[in-house]
Amino acid sequence: MKKLYTILLISISSLFIAFSSFAAPLKVGFVYLTTPGDHGWTYAHERARVILEEKFGDKIETTYVENVPEGPDATRVIRELANQGNQLIFTTSFGYMDPTIKVAKEFPDKHFVHVTGYKRSDNVATSNIRFHEGRYIQGVAAGLMTKSNKIGYIASFPIPEVIMGINAFTQGLKSVNSDATVSVIWAMTWYDPGKEADAAKVHIAEGADVLAQHTDTPAMLQTAEEKGAYGFGQGSDMESFAPKAQLFASVNHWDISYIEHIEAALDGTWAAKAAGGNWDTWCSMKDNCLSVTELKNMPADATAKVQAVADSISSGSFDVFQGPIITNEGKVVAGGATLNDGDLWGMNYYVQGVIGKIPN
Amino acid sequence: MLELIIAVILSSIPIMLAATGELVVERSGVLNLGVEGMMLMGAVIASITVITTGSLFLAVIFGALSGLLTSIVFGFFALVLATNQVATGLALTIFGTGLSGLIGAEYVGKAIQRLEAFNIPILSNIPYLGPVLFSHNILVYFSFIIVFIVGWFLLKTKSGLVLRAVGNNHDSAHALGYSVVFIRFCSVMFGGLMAGLGGAFLPLVLTPHWAEGMTAGKGWIALALVVFASWRPLRIPIGALLFSGITVMQLVGQARGWAMPSQFLSMLPYLATIAVLVIISRNKEFSIINAPASLGKLFIAGK
Repeated sequence: MKKLYTILLISISSLFIAFSSFAAPLKVGFVYLTTPGDHGWTYAHERARVILEEKFGDKIETTYVENVPEGPDATRVIRELANQGNQLIFTTSFGYMDPTIKVAKEFPDKHFVHVTGYKRSDNVATSNIRFHEGRYIQGVAAGLMTKSNKIGYIASFPIPEVIMGINAFTQGLKSVNSDATVSVIWAMTWYDPGKEADAAKVHIAEGADVLAQHTDTPAMLQTAEEKGAYGFGQGSDMESFAPKAQLFASVNHWDISYIEHIEAALDGTWAAKAAGGNWDTWCSMKDNCLSVTELKNMPADATAKVQAVADSISSGSFDVFQGPIITNEGKVVAGGATLNDGDLWGMNYYVQGVIGKIPN
Repeated sequence: MLELIIAVILSSIPIMLAATGELVVERSGVLNLGVEGMMLMGAVIASITVITTGSLFLAVIFGALSGLLTSIVFGFFALVLATNQVATGLALTIFGTGLSGLIGAEYVGKAIQRLEAFNIPILSNIPYLGPVLFSHNILVYFSFIIVFIVGWFLLKTKSGLVLRAVGNNHDSAHALGYSVVFIRFCSVMFGGLMAGLGGAFLPLVLTPHWAEGMTAGKGWIALALVVFASWRPLRIPIGALLFSGITVMQLVGQARGWAMPSQFLSMLPYLATIAVLVIISRNKEFSIINAPASLGKLFIAGK
């Protein structure tokens, strides 16, 4: 009799454990550089997180930590998220690369996805978007819309991704307007609305009539709107800030690659996919990771040309780093060939059409 | 060129206003490091006001008042309860940053109507001088006027003398029968009002939207400006214009492709500030005499 009870108890409790492990949602953590209030970079990640919650419902449970500085603090926050039982952790800024690798070593059973980095391991995958595709299209639009043939570009920090963006933009610009040049101001910050606005004013005072940016706020576009210049939204649609100035915006869709990671984590295939540091996603317009908003404020023929370029990139039939690629010092990097991903990450030159030198 | 000078003047206003307020606070012997937090509160409340009511006038008033309200928190702890001023000020910055982010969350991503500049009749038609000096929005004129009013008040009136006395030696001022805490509380509130106004200037004029942490360190620049001005009000606009002038100049240098590393150019405004501070501090008459002797010291009545 006693034995029967024991068996019953064991079976019930094992049933309970089995049931609870089925019902327990997958815990997913996010580390944000700023807050969703930036209306740019982090805002795009937050939008993806909300899409994930809607899609997976009670199968997942997400948490996020905002305003995490890149550095030792990040290590602490990522470790804390792992300790809290988050099985899958997304770290959403370049500077979290080493902290992510470090914490991942301490938690070999947990899954980590680092955004925009290049270091991977058995349990660290990377995810990135080919932002430069959107910037090429911006360059085409800028080349068609400029009257002064001077384009102002506001950049953040001289890292490969930003340089890639400037070069892609300029390749697009040169494809339709060989007289136009790009002047670059390095703001040395991702986020300072006042400085971004000042940089935009300076570009316009120096004669630029189309502006592009690799910083995070709508300040540049608002200045363009005030002064009657054109510009592009970056990261998310900024039309409400500059209805007359925004030609279009490049919008990031992180949910596409995040969904893949969550599905793999849910069906238990994540570890196998990432094994050996082999899971890297660098997805493009073709994969719907990047899109451009409706083209506006352009004459019909320019709209048609820009749309055609956008279509050829999103169908995958055109690569924005198709040669010839010539540096602004006259060196031929690629004659007719297309640059491969390794070439892109090693980019340390400006292409023809950009004024000045890259700060080192 | 005119465009650039106008840009310099506009971007100097927020730090000029906040620094003018902080100067009065420090002259009364109180160090309030919460300027950044008060500016953010001013910025967020001004944004919310203009989005919900559409009134720029109310936005300016409420923005300034919210800075004042935030400073009351500081005043209560640092003056009434006599807590450490440095710690309380830092806490106020953290508090203001967090609270402004929280209450502003719903208003992110909304464009704001800009406070328009207007041309002063006749004067604005003067070539060159007109556009630079006489076609701004009302807050720009106000900022310069308030600097002169503060200068006159501090150096030429009896109340200003009392305020400075409290800042130089609170025990003597107390012995003479002046209410140290009351006078300091009034100064702190004036500082809050100015910081709130400076904060409100950001979304209403410079970048017409609310973004979390949009001051991006301007509160700290304002604090440095007070030292830069060696506690003399009329030097505040000079410092503010110099700082934003060099900031804009380094952007111009980059746009024109000057052969200088842009990291160096970005450092220039701060280097210039340090250089001027070094020069000022070499001259004892300039600095030591004006520095309030009781700055940052705790005051407990009857002790």
